[in-house]
Amino acid sequence: MKRTILAVALAATPFLSQAAQFDVEITNPTRGIYFTPLLVTAHPDGISLFETGTPASSQLQAMAEGGDLSGIVGLLNAAGATTIQNPANGLLTPGASTTATLNTDNAAANTRLSIVAMLLPTNDGFLALNNVEIPTEPGTYTYDLNAYDAGTEANDEVRGSGTPGQPGLPVPPPLDPVLGNNGTGVASSAEGYVHIHRGNLGDTDLNRGSSDIVSTLHRWLNPVARVTLTVK
Amino acid sequence: MIFSRHTLLVLPLAALVSGCGSSNDNPLISGSEYQYRVTITNLTTGQPFSPAAVVIHHSGWQALELEQPATVGLEKLAEGGDNSDFISAADADSDVLSTATGQGMIAPGATEELTVSVGLVDDHDLSLSWVSMPVNTNDGLAGVIDARLSGWDVGQSETFLAISYDAGTEANTESADTVPGPAASGLAEGFNPVRDDVRNAVYLHAGVVTGDDGLTTSTLGEMQRWDNPIASVRVERLQ
Repeated sequence: MKRTILAVALAATPFLSQAAQFDVEITNPTRGIYFTPLLVTAHPDGISLFETGTPASSQLQAMAEGGDLSGIVGLLNAAGATTIQNPANGLLTPGASTTATLNTDNAAANTRLSIVAMLLPTNDGFLALNNVEIPTEPGTYTYDLNAYDAGTEANDEVRGSGTPGQPGLPVPPPLDPVLGNNGTGVASSAEGYVHIHRGNLGDTDLNRGSSDIVSTLHRWLNPVARVTLTVK
Repeated sequence: MIFSRHTLLVLPLAALVSGCGSSNDNPLISGSEYQYRVTITNLTTGQPFSPAAVVIHHSGWQALELEQPATVGLEKLAEGGDNSDFISAADADSDVLSTATGQGMIAPGATEELTVSVGLVDDHDLSLSWVSMPVNTNDGLAGVIDARLSGWDVGQSETFLAISYDAGTEANTESADTVPGPAASGLAEGFNPVRDDVRNAVYLHAGVVTGDDGLTTSTLGEMQRWDNPIASVRVERLQ
């Protein structure tokens, strides 16, 4: 008869102190969606970049419509957050990864992790990890991130502007050759509240059709990003 | 014969060493049998799953790695639904403890139950992975990757929600001559070694566009669309 007698408890003693330094690796595993410069922040409990079901702030709107992080960063700095901007030095292309290292040694109150970036091509779509408690025990933790719609702009899916309040898709150089042209615009209107993105519609006509988004390249099913958090 | 307290305490170790079968050269790593029931439910409406491949493994083995090229075994599973090379490659890996294959296709809405056993000294660093092909795709995969089983009591269970992956090995034409499932012609070739997707790496599946949604080359209809989670997998430790 075989008996298990070597099942030695190997569990490490948990560290009781707050995590001080950690790496946040963000991977873009989508078929063809680009991420604008990422915001990775450790911040105090009790603040959030957005709340689903409620209207977006103007700062979130600027990020979701054009990738502009300055408004959100201003709010986070005022709250004493530990923030890394743009770890990938530009767009995070499909298939690519980037890592941000955060150190909260002198900011013990920054116990929550949030990550946002705009999704391209979308009108006001963004990825988010919203207000997650940072584990204190050293180890590796994985999170899958969903795509949200800021609800501030109609999803007309045609080339246009990244300026808040202006219609259309911002088209930075890497997107230009892969999008269609002369789309007549998908009938839609701003939804008014932050919610899970319904995805791109797109079409297969590069020269006209209703959408400049390409249905065979620019759709997704949630999740849209994977985050690996390593607590040291 | 009178045993001292010390002798009584060490007796189980002696019993283990002497009692282990002669067929095993190293009785100390045969341990005891752990058994898991794996219940896979297909949550789609129009994507039958190819026979399940279930693997119990250490963290040194991965069924797939996001943004890394698929192994040929995984490519064959994802393009044609044949898991035999995938299973035999897993069996040859020192970080794989046990493998099992399903009895057949898992129809939309249907459930399959498999029992997987593994001899273990302890369950430190123990994971389960499952992959099948949603067969009305070019090179899609449904999977639960690296579900952690360590520290479970007998009778403990957990349900894991599976998402869909694209093996990144075949262009998603959705055409009748490349999709092997019943929604297509039935004449598709399934596996071929050419890698012609948007990139040669496993990524998250974007779903199928279908002919109903304007992709004129597609043999698929709107019933073949799905969302995540694509499947649920309940794992229960039986012993």
